Amino acid sequence: MTEIKELDPKNRIDHMTYLPDMEIIASDLDKKVVDAMNAYDYTQFTASDVKNALNKDILSPRDFQALLSPAAEPFIEQLAQRAQQETRKHFGNSVMMFTPVYIANYCENYCIYCGFNCHNKIRRARLSYEEIEREFEAISKTGLQEVLLLTGESRQGSDVKYIGEACRLARKYFKVIGLEVYPMNSDEYAYLHECGADYVTVFQETYNSDKYETLHLAGHKRIWPYRFHAQERAIMGGMRGVGFAALLGLDDFRKDGFATGYHAYLLQQKYPHAEIAISCPRLRPIINNDKINPRDVHERQLLQVICAYRLFLPFASITISTRESNVFRKHIISIAATKISAGVSTGIGGHVEGEEAKGDAQFEINDGASVDDVYKEIEEMGMQPVMSDYIYV
Amino acid sequence: MADILKLGNHEFTSRFILGSGKYSLDLIKAAVENAGAQIITLALRRAATGNVANILDYIPKGVTLLPNTSGARNAEEAVRIARLAREVGCGDFIKIECIRDSKYLLPDNYETAKATEILAKEGFVVMPYMYPDLNAARDMANAGAACIMPLGAPIGTNKGLCTKDFIKILIDEIDLPVIVDAGIGRPSQACEAMEMGAAAVMANTAIATAGDVPAMAEAFKKAIEAGRAAYLAGPGRVLDKGASASSPLTGFLAD
Repeated sequence: MTEIKELDPKNRIDHMTYLPDMEIIASDLDKKVVDAMNAYDYTQFTASDVKNALNKDILSPRDFQALLSPAAEPFIEQLAQRAQQETRKHFGNSVMMFTPVYIANYCENYCIYCGFNCHNKIRRARLSYEEIEREFEAISKTGLQEVLLLTGESRQGSDVKYIGEACRLARKYFKVIGLEVYPMNSDEYAYLHECGADYVTVFQETYNSDKYETLHLAGHKRIWPYRFHAQERAIMGGMRGVGFAALLGLDDFRKDGFATGYHAYLLQQKYPHAEIAISCPRLRPIINNDKINPRDVHERQLLQVICAYRLFLPFASITISTRESNVFRKHIISIAATKISAGVSTGIGGHVEGEEAKGDAQFEINDGASVDDVYKEIEEMGMQPVMSDYIYV
Repeated sequence: MADILKLGNHEFTSRFILGSGKYSLDLIKAAVENAGAQIITLALRRAATGNVANILDYIPKGVTLLPNTSGARNAEEAVRIARLAREVGCGDFIKIECIRDSKYLLPDNYETAKATEILAKEGFVVMPYMYPDLNAARDMANAGAACIMPLGAPIGTNKGLCTKDFIKILIDEIDLPVIVDAGIGRPSQACEAMEMGAAAVMANTAIATAGDVPAMAEAFKKAIEAGRAAYLAGPGRVLDKGASASSPLTGFLAD
């Protein structure tokens, strides 16, 4: 590994300076989020701040901070009860089902915690259009109507046109198409919207740019502000909804949790029609790297963060990751999460029966349940699985 | 004489419009039966294609479908969704929902009035969901709406008739059925809306989130019937501001 030049900080590009071709938009959301996050001292909150927040109909950013603070930990049961009420109010007992489809895993970034990173020796692949269509066909037979298309983050490996064609193919088989690909410019988002996609998710990983710099050593992803403004560019490009996430455990999860929710909150204020989605990943073990301790954020803390998201953003879709255990996923959908993946294969290809995945997976999944299994589990929890609640207009 | 609710050229004896979202598909039939509902709303975006959990398969035959345009952010999108609803066989009824705020889901009256005009001309029975504003309600009535559907409170909140005084104005001034939609959380609130002259009540979340969905549907049915009966009976004298003056101001009148 010594030949990787970015391991020496001297050889890394400035993570706060836009690269050529990166669109700069007029937005002060980054400043607002970072200022509020830096000023957030969670040790200052008391039990009475937490109780006060739990008694409110509409929470302020300060109430959200209280619910994310250590002072809220003893109130975890009350948080869950209140979160369940809010979830029921806005979503009833509906739980949306979807599956991620990994169509490529080429990546130009060097993110030291990620199995897809460009220095990791894994099998790289990009599905041909025929292969993509075969995947879609197999997935659609399971009854799913929503897919999330993923590529690694490489403009060379998976150009915008390629992603657009994948969207067009997906429209033939599914009602809802989301994207989790590299951040791009608003005109490119507009093109992908024309191709049929309507939702864009970009994980900021951590809102602490100093920490971010030490984890994302090379590639486009290294540029923190370009990534931060991706959701806003997607909305400007005509996308209906955008997803946010911090990878909890990379840095201080309370601050990152706050920044994630506040980022979404400010964006919805600026673009009131924008639909907001939140994902709640935390660190999991990866291929060829078992040094990272994923236990920074225990289930109790994860639940606290998810409930705080729900109470602060009662209208937001919350997705629970396949990386969580079956038991956690089952219970969280009855409390706060409204979206769950099923029939997941994180390799490149792998949905077609009898065919081996062409490329290696980004991470190991904890819950590899089939669509039928997940459907039944949702019903067992007294909830209603929903395949689509969306129309492309 | 039968007490008929007329919407376009269609007549109904039930004044309870039931929602189909936010609860389990296999409870829809029992809820409709217990509600005695003749109209059920349905988000078109949840219907359409698909072999698994298609909500259309769970709605009992003989019930009038009232597809809504949820997901529309402006008049143009509402019109497109309405036409699509007709194409897939959901009939001529359309509840217009134009919402461009994902947080409170408050309807956009301006866009709703525009969509009402276009769809009424295309022969739809247009039922616009709106914020209770008299000017907007008049625009919708003039544009050909079959009724007016003002919200009682922000959708899903179960807060009841927060907009009571404004709905009363619509009932007094608009010569169309006024159907209270959204925010009704308890049967007593539905009853109150009917007592004051609402033509019908539409409810979803209050029933969907109840411990026993079919039982709550029945409770609403009874409350709506009681409120309607009270309205028809003509409520007795109810003093809004305490007692009347003991020395009448008009006692001086001589001839």
